[in-house]
Amino acid sequence: MNWEVVIGLEIHAQLSTQSKLFSGAPIGFGAEPNTQTALVDLGMPGALPVFNKEALRMAVMFGHAVNAEIGMTSVFARKNYFYPDLPKGYQTSQMDHPIVGKGYLDVTLDDGTTSRVGITRAHLEEDAGKSLHEDFQGMTGIDLNRSSTPLLEIVSEPDIRSAKEAVAYVKMIHSIVTYLGICDGNMAEGSMRCDVNISLRPKGQQEYGTRTEIKNVNSFRFIEKAIYTEIERQADILEDGGRITQETRLYDPEKNETRSMRSKEDANDYRYFPCPDLLPVVLTQEYVDQIKTTLPELPSQKAARFQSEHSLSEYDAAVLSSSREMADYFESANDIVKDAKLTANWVMGELSKLLNQAQLEIAHSPVNAKAFGELLQRIKDNTINGKTAKDVFQLMWEGEGSADDIIEAKGLKQVTDTGAIEAMIQTILDANSAQVEQYRAAEPDKQKKMIGFFVGQVMKASQGKANPGIVNPILAKMLKG
Amino acid sequence: MSIDKQDVQKIAHLARLALTEEDADQYQHSLSSVLTLVEQMQSVNTEGVEPLSNPLEMTQRLREDKVTEGNRRDEFLANAPQTEAGLFLVPQVIE
Amino acid sequence: MFQQNISSLAQQLRNKELSSVELTRAFLDRIAQIDGQLNSFITVSEHTALEQAAAADKILSEGKGSSLTGIPIAHKDLFCTQDILTTSGSKMLHNFVPPYESTVTQRLAEAGTVMLGKTNMDEFAMGSSNENSFFGAVKNPWNLDKVPGGSSGGSAAAVAAGLVVAATGTDTGGSIRQPASFCGITGLKPTYGRVSRFGMIAYASSLDQAGPMAKSAEDCAHIMQSIAGFDEKDSTSSENKTDNYLNSLNTPLTGLKIGLPKEYFGEGLDADVAKVIMDAVAEFEKLGATVKEISLPNLQLSIPSYYVIAPSEASSNLSRFDGVRFGHRCDDAKDLLDMYTRTRAEGFGAEVQKRIMVGTYALSEGYYDAYYLKAQRIRRLIKQDFVAALDEVDVIMGPVAPTTAFGLGSKTNDPVAMYLEDIYTLSANLAGIPAMSVPAGFADNMPVGLHIMGNYFAEAKLLNVAHQFQQHTDWHLQSPAMIKGAQE
Repeated sequence: MNWEVVIGLEIHAQLSTQSKLFSGAPIGFGAEPNTQTALVDLGMPGALPVFNKEALRMAVMFGHAVNAEIGMTSVFARKNYFYPDLPKGYQTSQMDHPIVGKGYLDVTLDDGTTSRVGITRAHLEEDAGKSLHEDFQGMTGIDLNRSSTPLLEIVSEPDIRSAKEAVAYVKMIHSIVTYLGICDGNMAEGSMRCDVNISLRPKGQQEYGTRTEIKNVNSFRFIEKAIYTEIERQADILEDGGRITQETRLYDPEKNETRSMRSKEDANDYRYFPCPDLLPVVLTQEYVDQIKTTLPELPSQKAARFQSEHSLSEYDAAVLSSSREMADYFESANDIVKDAKLTANWVMGELSKLLNQAQLEIAHSPVNAKAFGELLQRIKDNTINGKTAKDVFQLMWEGEGSADDIIEAKGLKQVTDTGAIEAMIQTILDANSAQVEQYRAAEPDKQKKMIGFFVGQVMKASQGKANPGIVNPILAKMLKG
Repeated sequence: MSIDKQDVQKIAHLARLALTEEDADQYQHSLSSVLTLVEQMQSVNTEGVEPLSNPLEMTQRLREDKVTEGNRRDEFLANAPQTEAGLFLVPQVIE
Repeated sequence: MFQQNISSLAQQLRNKELSSVELTRAFLDRIAQIDGQLNSFITVSEHTALEQAAAADKILSEGKGSSLTGIPIAHKDLFCTQDILTTSGSKMLHNFVPPYESTVTQRLAEAGTVMLGKTNMDEFAMGSSNENSFFGAVKNPWNLDKVPGGSSGGSAAAVAAGLVVAATGTDTGGSIRQPASFCGITGLKPTYGRVSRFGMIAYASSLDQAGPMAKSAEDCAHIMQSIAGFDEKDSTSSENKTDNYLNSLNTPLTGLKIGLPKEYFGEGLDADVAKVIMDAVAEFEKLGATVKEISLPNLQLSIPSYYVIAPSEASSNLSRFDGVRFGHRCDDAKDLLDMYTRTRAEGFGAEVQKRIMVGTYALSEGYYDAYYLKAQRIRRLIKQDFVAALDEVDVIMGPVAPTTAFGLGSKTNDPVAMYLEDIYTLSANLAGIPAMSVPAGFADNMPVGLHIMGNYFAEAKLLNVAHQFQQHTDWHLQSPAMIKGAQE
């Protein structure tokens, strides 16, 4: 049978506040256990929550960025369940009245097509602590540092129809929250976590099939792989006439399979009700409008501008604007080079290659945008050619200094003096008279292939410093005789 | 309004309260009598009446995003039944 | 010494006729002598008390301090007190020593009061008789076979017996006013949000409110002066500015409009109690007040509404008692579920478990609308009744409880009868308005409290009304026979 896959995503983005959602305890990854907690984060008797202003501002910003209705009155509710890393026995979240209501995002795929993904809602909630399962006398250790850390849970409509689209959507959300500066987007540290809801239905059928939820998939690559394996698993069951059980599953990247999480509460009943320790959050239109004016240029807007202002292709513009750091790097470098195509090619080519090899984020590139721009400028002004530039860039990467220092120190400056080049070519033609004869006797299309030999000889003789742009026309002319 | 023993067991499980057979019988009786008392509400027409969850109907105040709490781990762990290496210990959680 | 009011003691302390250490020592001795019969204290913090008294004497000797400096008081054992055992009357917290201080106790400590100890209470403030304490029932000083009322029964009994000058209590459905009525003292439940809930172990967050319990309205005003007011640690704390509760005590009552809700005087009200209340109302008329009948038509519904809302909130508030971070944990748990269920079944008493069950049920899937939301809608109707009534009158008066203190053990087997005890008090909590109990006479040799309810944030008015009554009556000056027998 021909199956259609239906995907909806729940993304938890940890907001980059200084202090917690409901307490003045600090937030930080990797601190000693239980050293970043306040009374309310531990659920101590009589401790009370007070809501963080900055978390509210960040949530409203996000709402604007996804074209959403802002909840002018939002209400915190308690989600009640017992778990050792949930100290109060309930999670403070939002249910009927979230801070961000319906919105949407237009997602561009690699093939250039665009699809609209609806956003159902985004709500504020507190994170739980962590259970550490290393062996402590056969017991589990509880670290509550993460307890009450602010999360924005972004829930999509089941509008996504492929793994690729799901990844594109998550990347888009990732770039929006990092552009806004409301989340550091670090998936490895759990600052952004993703739950994927998947179901299959026969193509053409209206109603949805039974879905499963894959919890906590923590990289773009795993999201794609998890979806593929889950689609396969569900399709196998359905093809055999079986039924899908609605359940929560876990993706195991090592085995590349999903498996059922049986221990997670049989038939949960969360008994949501408005949290009586917190009051409705009521916004004024003025506040909401004011935040809108503070929104930075968003990825889609930036991509459009890159196309119109710098005449970049849609693909290049989308890649360069996918992260705020990359876009900023590109723009800073190009301010020096003033050749967007050249800069774009180098950012997406050589720079990205070295970053990937070193597994570095662009923000941590050993060559900053200014130094990078200065290097490209030397290509543009013909001081060095592209090939030499790659070598120079490698040396800059290794910390050997600026482009100009390296060019100077290694004597890599291109020979652009036409007289010197003519002399060099004459020497080569004299030394290779047989080849010159052959060339002159050949058909013009054969000549095109044969000229490479002479170019190679010139480059060899000049130790790569001859500017090919100058060599080629002179060589062609002199070969003609 | 009366509830059956199965309901009692289900509620006790949600509330994480261990229940003996005897307790369950007793609860079935006492919960039913409370629920009967509470049933009176159903006779009142509350159509169009907004639920009231805070008597003053105030709105939430906002806290400045500042770190005001230091590390007080030793004090906070002092009341715990079992700790090790700065962690609260509980019987093994099986994921 | 043990029956004097705060103003008089403060003056003697200031004049050096008496030191706070002497006063504190005398009260501690008296507690040691008498409390064995009453069981009004869970913890007596003698050492800290004497330290605080010495510190108070030092402040007084420098001519500083407030009218509360050096005054011995006690706190209901659900206010967290740093480094001092805080149990909420429960086995669950039998070993809990908070590393923090509640705002109420903090403010009273800053005002210079001396804390003699922590008073007994119904477990987690759930009860109307103080029979639901893990630390044993409290006895009524007026008759040791009777209950002191609940849940602030320990505070009420201790004040009535002269074991402390004043005490704090909390009131979720009548827990200050009903024991004040049963023990013949003055108690005030302020407007919801007037006094911070920070560090108060929660029963039902949208109803809980702390307040003073003392021998007179004036003494209550002294305590309010210290504890009332905004607290940034409590999101539900009101930013309204506080009144000066002492300044308006002597305002004459000429022209005061009193409303008597007819629903407070119907079936179920003891005839002798009714007579005491009507005599008290007549006294107010002599003071220049006018009286009219009013109606609070939804009064009956306060019982079902309360017994859904309070247990629902409680079921969630009490989930944190799970044996992980503090308090009781069962022995030899075989797995996590076993630890949770046995810890909680062992740690909570029967009434608490029952209310957790009721609340869990009311919030569960399929019942939420019919129970919780319905109760919240009725809550609004009850509030609207008060708003309408208080548009016509300045204060509302009636009985606090249908009867005087009942016999120990007489209602323990009939929970619904016990719940009906709260019929007159619950509605003030649901609406969030302030309310007082003021000694107004005796029925069958047991004290009867007059219930005075007022508008939002009208605590100063209530205290003024009560104070004027106490300037013309001496019911609040009566003390139980057992006290008279004890050494002065």
